[in-house]
Amino acid sequence: MSTTVERNVPIADTGHNQHPQRKWQDYFGFSTDHKVIGIQYLTTAFIFYLIGGALAEVMRTELATPDPDFVQPEFYNQLMTMHGSIMLFLWIIPAGAGFANYLIPLMIGAEDMAFPRLNGVAFWMIPPGGIFFLSSFFLDTGAAQAGWTSYPPLSLVASKWGEEIWILSVLLLGTSSILGAINFVTTILLMRMPDMDIHSMPLFCWAMLATSALIILGTPVLAAALILLSFDLIAGTAFFNPAGGGDPIVYQHMFWFYSHPAVYIMILPFFGAISEIIPVHARKPIFGYRAIAYSSLAISFLGLIVWAHHMFSSGTPGWLRMFFMATTMIIAVPTGIKVFSWCATIWGGKVSLNSAMLFAFGFLSSFLIGGLSGIMLASVPFDIHVHDTYFIVAHFHYVLFGGAVFGLFAAVYHWFPKMTGRMVNETWGRIHFIMTFIGFNITFLPMHPLGLQGMNRRVALYDPQFQTLNIICTIGSYVLALSTFPFLINIIWSWLKGKQAPRNPWRALTLEWQTASPPIIENFEEQPVLWAGPYDYGIDTETIDGNETVEDMLATVSAEGR
Amino acid sequence: MNIPSNIITLIAGVALTLISLWYGQNHGLLPIAASSDAGDVDELFNFMMTIATGLFLIVEGVLVYSLFKFRRRQGDTTDGPPIEGNVPLEIVWTAIPTVIVFILAIYSFEIYNRMGGLDPMVAGDPGPNQLAHAHHHAPQLVALDPQKQNIALGLGVSPGSKQGIEPLEIKVNGIQYAWVFTYPESGVISGEIHVPVNRPVALTMTGGDVIHAFWLPEFRIKQDVIPGRETKLVFTPNKVGQYPVICAELCGAYHGGMKTQLYVQTQEEYEQWIRDNTFAMNENTDQSPVAVNPTSNSQFLAPYAQDLGVNADTLAQLKP
Ligand code: HEM
Ligand SMILES: [Cu+2]
Ligand SMILES: [Cu+2]
Repeated sequence: MSTTVERNVPIADTGHNQHPQRKWQDYFGFSTDHKVIGIQYLTTAFIFYLIGGALAEVMRTELATPDPDFVQPEFYNQLMTMHGSIMLFLWIIPAGAGFANYLIPLMIGAEDMAFPRLNGVAFWMIPPGGIFFLSSFFLDTGAAQAGWTSYPPLSLVASKWGEEIWILSVLLLGTSSILGAINFVTTILLMRMPDMDIHSMPLFCWAMLATSALIILGTPVLAAALILLSFDLIAGTAFFNPAGGGDPIVYQHMFWFYSHPAVYIMILPFFGAISEIIPVHARKPIFGYRAIAYSSLAISFLGLIVWAHHMFSSGTPGWLRMFFMATTMIIAVPTGIKVFSWCATIWGGKVSLNSAMLFAFGFLSSFLIGGLSGIMLASVPFDIHVHDTYFIVAHFHYVLFGGAVFGLFAAVYHWFPKMTGRMVNETWGRIHFIMTFIGFNITFLPMHPLGLQGMNRRVALYDPQFQTLNIICTIGSYVLALSTFPFLINIIWSWLKGKQAPRNPWRALTLEWQTASPPIIENFEEQPVLWAGPYDYGIDTETIDGNETVEDMLATVSAEGR
Repeated sequence: MNIPSNIITLIAGVALTLISLWYGQNHGLLPIAASSDAGDVDELFNFMMTIATGLFLIVEGVLVYSLFKFRRRQGDTTDGPPIEGNVPLEIVWTAIPTVIVFILAIYSFEIYNRMGGLDPMVAGDPGPNQLAHAHHHAPQLVALDPQKQNIALGLGVSPGSKQGIEPLEIKVNGIQYAWVFTYPESGVISGEIHVPVNRPVALTMTGGDVIHAFWLPEFRIKQDVIPGRETKLVFTPNKVGQYPVICAELCGAYHGGMKTQLYVQTQEEYEQWIRDNTFAMNENTDQSPVAVNPTSNSQFLAPYAQDLGVNADTLAQLKP
């Protein structure tokens, strides 16, 4: 191909620099450095992932047999509620915020977030929120049992104090998320380096802009619903309690007005991360920059008007079902644009199959399945059949695990050298990927037929005819559990002893790679220069600015920093 | 051998179409269909499976192909071609999903309509409390037209169903963790549901405590049963047999145990069952309906009877 450019980017730079670095103690206190806060978010979230995963393993062990013999059904429901809530509110959402905290200022050439202290406050609401949450297991009544949706009237009668703690924790975590979102929006809109206009901003920033908008619009509605629910629970009001004349369906509308957008809050940041990772490791410009950027905004806009598709078989009249069917289906279009653009970016590229890229492939192929079952679910007549069955459990794990979690691991492998100044061990990264990918599919693929055949969800006991498939799922979940060990060991070992990382091991063009690994406290030694678009791979810049190639510029910049 | 690439594309395209069409019809993922509504839903699902299989094969095919074909060779530090976009291509892949989605929406609408989803009798929602009002006040004090209060949520009579056959009315009450069926015509109360084949059945459902969901997998229909409101399901069974009735909405610890059976019987068998049960009801009027019909469900739950809290109070509540 005549257009390809021979590249000799300096990769020998060891990343050592004389500037002061953070010490490990700094990560355990109140910090205003967005990089420290980012790492704090990520490690805290990961600890909760292990806890949420452990709960899931207990559930799957229970589900290996049809009878509720391993744990009591009440306890199963507590596990199920806590597993879901931990995975959503303490793993995926904070992990997305962690990456955003770490990356946004670096990507836009800023010294820090717009409100550094607020940023610290937002993070420090999470550990207490999580501990408070888990403490409810030790109550007499046990933890909340009504699922992460907490529909009244069930949430008003099962496990009163566990439910109240659940509400308070979610309010705390929601507040943290709103504070974070305000910070991201302000930072992205106002703190970009002078040369960077909004259309030369990395796509991860676009994704976070869309995510933050959803958080700011949706979360307060959830808070309102939960506060009213709390009144019903402890003050005896009857907003949602039919026994006193309240309407439980109103709760469902309020809940899903936030919680449907929330699923995009969980996935959009990782759409953004994937858009950063694929071009670098496929050595090609992202295909359709504007299409990807605007589709994030389209998804968040449409995401606000589809909530009742979670309520097709509850209190939703026919004409409203039809309205929400139409809006939901339309979301398939911007999502499809993204998937096709990512595939086109890979097509014809020079793909390095390192751990980050393997997880990106895993993301694309699993998210596709979740997306296709999602379109099916939008169809009212079909959803009426499978709603609240294992088909749904399969669908949302394909989206949240196969999508968000795979995207998250891809992001960890991609930015690990930047964050820690060390390279990860690729062999163990690949082993991690293979085990995760296989375990994931064995666990969740059989849940599709289970649901279609008649297995309802949120049950500790089920009909013996479903046992074979359930055993397969349980075995898969053990493989998944084991798959975290190569990751954990690899990450800890590499962090302490790994090979020193150069400032730009992937020869990437976004700004975060222009500074040392790990970046110095003020982020950049001097104001970084915008010498190429974020994805100008394969473009001979000689033709752009006359004399220098991208590589020359890159060489100069890194030489200066040494 | 040098086969032009557009021929390969053509062959791949034909193969892909054939596989999708075949798999869409032969996935074997659904249980048997016991009503015409179920047949309609299956038709829709097969159609969606066909499209999904096609899209799945295309995208996964591209990914797997790229995985091998576009690997960077050791020591190659060059970049790929700087293709940043392709307007015609982007228009095509925006237009195709848009068209598919439109077709799917219209088709789903059509099926939904055929199932009776847009039946005017169930099109409106009177809001909560109507039932509570009706209980607490004398009928004339209720501001709304009492007739109107019965319009509820759910699925109505399919427009295509056999006209003129009076549907069999059954009242359904969902309580933790049992279903109670009342036959207003004969006064039979039962823990399982018996219906004659080929006659429309109209269920009027309400919840006694928390939200439950009435699900008949073999009929592909489901509707939440909500305390304080009435919901409706109308269906016409067309296959004699025994089918599970499942609660699909989390309703407490023994949600998984909240099951019973639906028996679709011939007209004679059904009438016989009604006669037997009317007799049984008269024999011991004091007995609770759950006890009258020791269902597999209550046997199933027997070991947990204590935790269940199905005590005298609950049973008393169940009485008509
Ligand atoms: C080790 C991997 C995992 C396994 C084995 C697993 C398994 C399960 C099981 C068995 C359920 C209960 C289904 C039911 O009874 O309805 C469940 C529910 C759920 N899971 Fe997972 N899961 C895993 C990972 C995840 C991840 C990574 C997320 C999100 C990022 C997640 C989010 C949820 C949610 C939201 C629910 C619903 C809870 C509810 O119904 O209230 N899970 N999972
Ligand atoms: Cu129930
Ligand atoms: Cu239930």
